[in-house]
Amino acid sequence: MSSFLIHPLTLRLVSVVIAFGTWEYLGRIPISPAFPTFLETMSALWGMLMDGSMISVYPATFQPLLIGLIISSILGIACGVFMGLNHKAEWFGAPVFIVLQSAPLAALIPLLTFAYGIGLTSKIITVCIMSMPVIVLNAYTAVRHTPTSMIEMGESYLGSRRQIIMKIIIPAASPIIYAGLRLGAAMGFIGAILAELLITPTGIGDLITYNQSIAEYDKMYAAIFSIMVFAVLFIEILERTEYIFFRPDKRVTQ
Amino acid sequence: MKIFGIKIPMMASLILWAILWEIVGQLELSILLPPFSHILIRMVEIVPTATFMNALWITAKCFLIGTAIAIVVGIPIGVLMGRSIVIDRMLLPWVNMFLSAPLTALVPVLMTLFGFGTKTIILTTVLFAIWIIVLDARAGVKNITPSLVEMTKSFQANFWQAFTKVYLWAAMPEILAGIRLGCIRSIKGVIIGQLLVSVVGFGRLFELYSANFLMEHMWALLFVLFFFAFLIAEGLGVLERKFEYYAASRN
Amino acid sequence: MSAAAETVSDNAQQIAVEVDNVTKIYPGGVEALNDMTIHFPKGELTSLLGPSGCGKTTLLKIIAGLLKPTAGKVKVNGVDVTGPGKERAFVFQDFALMPWASVIRNAAFGLELQGMNKSEREAIAEKYIDIVGLKGYENLYPHELSGGMRQRVGLARALAVNAEVLLMDEPFSAVDEQTRRKFQEDILEVVDDEQKTFIFVTHSIEEAVYVSQSIALLLPRPSRVSEIIRPDIRRDISPDAIRRDPVYLDIVERIWQGLRTYVE
Repeated sequence: MSSFLIHPLTLRLVSVVIAFGTWEYLGRIPISPAFPTFLETMSALWGMLMDGSMISVYPATFQPLLIGLIISSILGIACGVFMGLNHKAEWFGAPVFIVLQSAPLAALIPLLTFAYGIGLTSKIITVCIMSMPVIVLNAYTAVRHTPTSMIEMGESYLGSRRQIIMKIIIPAASPIIYAGLRLGAAMGFIGAILAELLITPTGIGDLITYNQSIAEYDKMYAAIFSIMVFAVLFIEILERTEYIFFRPDKRVTQ
Repeated sequence: MKIFGIKIPMMASLILWAILWEIVGQLELSILLPPFSHILIRMVEIVPTATFMNALWITAKCFLIGTAIAIVVGIPIGVLMGRSIVIDRMLLPWVNMFLSAPLTALVPVLMTLFGFGTKTIILTTVLFAIWIIVLDARAGVKNITPSLVEMTKSFQANFWQAFTKVYLWAAMPEILAGIRLGCIRSIKGVIIGQLLVSVVGFGRLFELYSANFLMEHMWALLFVLFFFAFLIAEGLGVLERKFEYYAASRN
Repeated sequence: MSAAAETVSDNAQQIAVEVDNVTKIYPGGVEALNDMTIHFPKGELTSLLGPSGCGKTTLLKIIAGLLKPTAGKVKVNGVDVTGPGKERAFVFQDFALMPWASVIRNAAFGLELQGMNKSEREAIAEKYIDIVGLKGYENLYPHELSGGMRQRVGLARALAVNAEVLLMDEPFSAVDEQTRRKFQEDILEVVDDEQKTFIFVTHSIEEAVYVSQSIALLLPRPSRVSEIIRPDIRRDISPDAIRRDPVYLDIVERIWQGLRTYVE
């Protein structure tokens, strides 16, 4: 019985009930006229899902997000791996990305709108600048820190440079590269929503700001709730794909 | 990298980038990139002004308060999660969720509840910083050698003693890593908060500069921000490395 | 002492590996080897034994072609070593197995790098997996194996490429004591069956005496070959009897007396 009580799933359920219960309670006090209860939010979510008003906005959010993420994944991994393999590229490129990773790059958004207007391009670039530094730095450090004995193993068995890179360095680095992709995707979501709130209201950002402006707070909360759930699911799926496609050793035991 | 046998520090390549920027700027290839030297001149011009100093002060205040809240609340939660399996299993899914959730979507909620002011900016900062601090403090406590925990128990330390005298110190390398990452995130949070609130601090300056197409002003402001962000991240990195010696000797 | 060639055997045996006047100075000025000369006879297991800092792993990596000597020459079968070669295979202290690859792929990896096709190389790897005693584990992954079993995979990988010289860098140092003893017994069989030259780095005196035909005792500061010992212990008795054999124990004691002044 006690093992059932501390089972991860039981506890997860308990904590979800507590969290949503608290939300419901705070909404009923109410702590603010702009704070709907959990049940109001859920019914608004249901209504928006049913009348299609929620599903119809997602493509607009997804377009810059996906394009941006694909660009920064390909470009970012390529840059990072190259910097990890080549000392000159490392010297030249790594400091820039180290600075960029700690920098609040969101501050570039006003500049981007200024240069590229309020269209898709600005939003794609926003997603890219938010997600790329972490992808590059993860790929770079992962490649740079391949265990020496693994590389020596490849050399002693007469692997060519190309074989050592393709069969040893990249596979050894792939878990950390993948972790970078997950972090990058999370940053990309932050960037995509920020772009929609800041540049022009489209997609889910439009749903949030519009309902905020007409004081339909339950719908506003429902929109926010949906994008949070969506982002978390997206990243969860990304994590699963790693196990399925790249880590046969992990897949066997899980 | 080495040139003629002399080791050139890595950060020196930034100078090369600045020169490249100057060349591109002088060629007037893009309105986005004014010459580097112009930006520097503009920086000297606008930084001492009262509006700029005021914005910097508001940003610093929000950053410090927000980060302090995130640290003071985050570390005990992380330590608790590391020590108690029940609390861990209840909170970990939430921490992981908020770590990868698009927190920008929550800023409008904060704005409707707390208004368009520093309160919202501080809370955005907390929201960005706290989760990684919790997670790293938890990892630090989980990494404490079991025998050290048993030693603490065998000398009958109460929870407060155990927390302040053993767990906090034993987990310090990870806690510091968490604080560093938390600070990087809270700098991002403080800027995103100001961008969205847009009536105080740098948010207002961004609006002002972009409305008037003042590209050099904008870059000057960005460089100041990037400089401070880098300084904070590297400073904390140095502190972290000072504690690394016992992360290695602990096991 | 180092001026004359240190041939490990007394009779005119064929030499597999010659190390002549090798000096290695690492960048930063640390001198790991100083004018080291040593010859390894064919078909035997020779241990490089010595306290830490005597340059034994450095010497092994130079023979492997993984490190370049600052001065001096290494010859394998009379041919100068310029880098890693087909006739040498390395067994790593930390196993250097690829965690994402199954046992069979790890064991066949040397052949994979040579470009051999999959069915051929897996047939060979399977044979050696059997020889090292891992039959039935082919499709497991390294993290599912114990330390001892992982090193058996490392050994199978080295045997599979059919090199004449096997270079083993403290292969059992990351393996627990019981497994280690069993492994030492098995390695003696492999040495008997495979007719290869083994160069074996260890810091365990008992291990060196137990497995080697000859032991090169290396001493630090400056690094040098202080003595060549041929244990000549009886091999016709059981492993446990060997470990109690007075000859074995005497040699262990003698080496310890020689080394103890170098141990802080």
